[in-house]
Amino acid sequence: MELTKKNKGKVIVKPPISSIGIPGWIRENLFSSPFNTVLTIIIVSILWFSILPFLNWALIDSSWLPDANCRESDGACWSIISSNYKIILFGFYPQDILWRPITAIFLLVSLLFISRNRNYWNAFLGYSWIISLVIMGILLKGGILGLEAVDIERWGGIILTLLLSVFGLTAAYPLGVILALGRQSKMPVIKTFCVFYIELIRGVPLISLLFMSSVVFPLFLPEGVSINAILRAQIAIIMFTAAYVAEVVRGGLQGMNKGQFEAADSLGLNYFQTMRLIILPQALKIVIPPSVSVLISAFKDTSLVVIIGLYDLLKTTQTTLSEPKWMGFSAEAYIFIAIIYFVCCFFMSNYSRKLEKELDTGL
Amino acid sequence: MRLLKVLAVCLTVLAMSTFAMAGTLEDVRAKGWIQAGVNGSLFGFGKADEKGVWKGLDVDSARAVSVAVFGSPDKLKFTPLTAKTRFTALQSGEIDVLFRNCTQTLSRDTALGLDFCQVNYYDGQGFLIPKKLGVKSAKELDGATVCVLPGTTTEMNVADYFRANGMKMNPVVIEDTAELAKAFFAGRCDCLTSDASQLAGTRAVAPNPGDYMILPEIISKEPLAPAVRHGDNQWKDIVNYSVLALINAEELGITSKNVDEMLKSNDPKIKRFLGVTKGIGKAIGLDENFAYNIIKMVGNYGEIFERNVGINTQLGIERGLNALWTDGGLMYSPPFK
Amino acid sequence: MNTAINNKTSETISFWYDPDKRSILYQIGAACLFAFVAWYLISNTMANLERQSIATGFGFLNKEAAFEIGESLIEYSAADRYARALSVGFLNTLLVSFIGIFLTVILGTFLGVARLSKNWLINKCAAGYIELFQDIPILLQLFFWYAFFYEMLPSPRAALNPINGLFLCNRGLIFGIPQAHPVYKYMAIAVLIAVIIIFLLKKWAQKRQDLTGKAFPVFFTSIILIIGLPFVCWLFGGAPMDMSVPVLKGFNFKGGLTISPEFAALLLGLVLYTAAFVAEVVRAGIQAVSKGQTEAAMAIGLKPGQLLNLIILPQALRVIIPPLTSQMLNLTKNSSLAVAIGYPDFVSVAGTAINQTGQAIEGVMLIMIVYLIFSLSTSAFMNWYNKKMVIVER
Repeated sequence: MELTKKNKGKVIVKPPISSIGIPGWIRENLFSSPFNTVLTIIIVSILWFSILPFLNWALIDSSWLPDANCRESDGACWSIISSNYKIILFGFYPQDILWRPITAIFLLVSLLFISRNRNYWNAFLGYSWIISLVIMGILLKGGILGLEAVDIERWGGIILTLLLSVFGLTAAYPLGVILALGRQSKMPVIKTFCVFYIELIRGVPLISLLFMSSVVFPLFLPEGVSINAILRAQIAIIMFTAAYVAEVVRGGLQGMNKGQFEAADSLGLNYFQTMRLIILPQALKIVIPPSVSVLISAFKDTSLVVIIGLYDLLKTTQTTLSEPKWMGFSAEAYIFIAIIYFVCCFFMSNYSRKLEKELDTGL
Repeated sequence: MRLLKVLAVCLTVLAMSTFAMAGTLEDVRAKGWIQAGVNGSLFGFGKADEKGVWKGLDVDSARAVSVAVFGSPDKLKFTPLTAKTRFTALQSGEIDVLFRNCTQTLSRDTALGLDFCQVNYYDGQGFLIPKKLGVKSAKELDGATVCVLPGTTTEMNVADYFRANGMKMNPVVIEDTAELAKAFFAGRCDCLTSDASQLAGTRAVAPNPGDYMILPEIISKEPLAPAVRHGDNQWKDIVNYSVLALINAEELGITSKNVDEMLKSNDPKIKRFLGVTKGIGKAIGLDENFAYNIIKMVGNYGEIFERNVGINTQLGIERGLNALWTDGGLMYSPPFK
Repeated sequence: MNTAINNKTSETISFWYDPDKRSILYQIGAACLFAFVAWYLISNTMANLERQSIATGFGFLNKEAAFEIGESLIEYSAADRYARALSVGFLNTLLVSFIGIFLTVILGTFLGVARLSKNWLINKCAAGYIELFQDIPILLQLFFWYAFFYEMLPSPRAALNPINGLFLCNRGLIFGIPQAHPVYKYMAIAVLIAVIIIFLLKKWAQKRQDLTGKAFPVFFTSIILIIGLPFVCWLFGGAPMDMSVPVLKGFNFKGGLTISPEFAALLLGLVLYTAAFVAEVVRAGIQAVSKGQTEAAMAIGLKPGQLLNLIILPQALRVIIPPLTSQMLNLTKNSSLAVAIGYPDFVSVAGTAINQTGQAIEGVMLIMIVYLIFSLSTSAFMNWYNKKMVIVER
């Protein structure tokens, strides 16, 4: 306002047409120097020659209807998805009661959606999470309320993927917090143990833990006791994720101001009170964004259970691909589940970035 | 609080784990079903169809055990296992019996803590090749790329065979039967080696089965037998005689169709076998008519064979070694008396 | 006053409320719990092994392996022992990790720089790439590339032959390499010598510059040395030109070097996946160097090369190296997924050994030890680096 007043009566020179609007933007962002111009041309031509045939393959020449004869067309065969989506998404879950897993997943997604908004973060949301998880469990397992019982062995596809990642993180988080506190502890025995555990687990690939869960873990149990393979894999994933959560939480704890500890001490709070009331609420808030990253990796890592023969999303896809009728359409099937994984991870990582921004201004 | 959490976790784990302190038979009776380990991706032996119904020779043999114990072929739950996880699953008690086309060998029988039961399929290792390769004998495979399942007896046999014949091979090892087959059909390897029955099963699911052939050489003996945990003799007997009952029934000419008429037979062997004359059931700790039930509900060995892998199925396997001993095969049952 | 309070505390605070004593109690309790759990697990395991008469110990390493391995850097046959089979796997893991890390750093740096480009198109393409490849599980990517290689490429008899001596088929990428000749061994030694000379030269140049202020063109000298020495060596060795050219013989190509589809898929998958993470690391590192640094350096008249070498890189690398190392470690750990697509890395060979011998505990222990060695040596390097790089505040 001030400026316009000052400038009154003077001739206002508009910027040249070439530097504003669309031409200006293009010039600024694509052709600002000879080097950039060359790069732009190269990229455009690469995109032109790769994206166009891809779109042609994926959308135009493709077959979409179930039971289409794909071998005769040049394009993508999405029929493999439309014919087999039930087995890919839900594995061997009885196909006449698929409404149950679908409802459960819908419940989970809507809860996640609500939880996105930090204004709703209160005790009520916590309780609804607990209740919903129980409802989801009942829906999937059945056996009561007149629902047909379904063995855990038959949970496959996306149900197993979600089960392993959601329960994996829910159980790993408290464990990770305990480990992080242990690592920061002044008691040498506990500290040594926690450091040893965290470094050991972070030093080895998840696959070695899964091998352990599938071939060594049974030997640890007393004679006659056995734990189902899915649960064993779940334990391995929890153990693995907990070590990473611990490192993330440790970052939060180290970021705490020393004054907070001293203030708590001067109030006469003991260790547990200090942690529960003062330190953890603040530290955990700082580490929400990196925690989401841990969740994303945990979600992606569940796909590794395919190596020990569990029927997760990846394995059910491969089962479909080994049917004679669908052999050779790997690209389509893998792209389909890649999209599922991508959408999930993309939303999570977007959310984590958003939170990071929000929390950044807060502290 | 921490203690409580640990306790809660322990309790949950305990609640979800299965106790099998007693012998397998009591344990199985107590829980009401048999957990059977099967292949999961081998057509003709153990594979679920698109509706999730398990089918195959191994599956039907397992059903026989279920009938023997419970009088019903459906008191079974199947655990699909890979070659790597199969023995651990049995050792750990996760499954009660392993019907997963496992070759009986001395070292497995001793060092792995297993006991093998009656062989339900006599197999041998062969090679599956695309016809267009133009190979007529396994001896011509020098320098070939060979698809083989890792951690199986076949992996060692094929190495032995190539060594013994002074040939070189280039192995491609992929864990999963179906994945391996997929790689083979796509041309990743020149030949696929496995038990001949598996090759037939693999060929049956080829996009064009006619393009592939099995070479005449059989390079090893592969007696495929169900396995139970070492040291549980009663359970071993039950699995053993459930499979033998299938063979015995065929020897006696009893099929699922004529079994009711056979009840009226005067042959003392048949009377004893079907439980008309009491005795064998008590001896083994099962119902007197367990053999009758098995044949009634599952069929005899010949029926199972023809239904799953026989000449009229997609696999088209001839009886060969698996014919009765009276027909020149190896299937021979000790008397049920 | 102080002493008085202290005296009072020790008198009135009961044993249970003394934090020090409590801490000791806690620790004893924890130690007992760990000991109990360990004892419980070990005794169970022992009992199980005994009962199922499963063999124990590492004696199996001396037994004949009796299985073939597809790819090996050292001589190996089925007649060799398990120990050798496992070292084949170990070397394969090292091979794919080293090449993978090398390519990842190149691609990642390129993407990271592209992500900061003023060119909108390049910037967005890099961003899209990073998002896409980060958000799809690595295992799925590996399966995809593996299926892609063996489903899309033709059989050896119809192999693509884009340039002379190079074939592309579903058995892999096969190309001619120089025929084995003793001179190549000496060339390798020459490279080693060149590296040592360069190292000494750099020290000397630094010293001279510190004393006299005269700069020495270390970079160009280095390049000349590292290319020149082996070249001279090659010339003196008679300049062998023979090539081992792949020829289709029987089922497969004979001669030349083969890059198998398993190796290619694993390498491609690992590099494309990890590069997406490295790109973010590089971008963050470059952004961490404030613009004032560049301006200040230009103000005191540094040349662009010097600016990059002396000002930007040292500061950016300080930020980049730690997360970059952890990404390299991730790549090494992820290479264990080779087992899923049939590349004989350490995990895959150990898995086969577990299966053939039934000795799962020893097998899994070996896998863990090998990866722990990788990660411990990485963290040792990191500690050393961090110590070296601590900003000395004056």
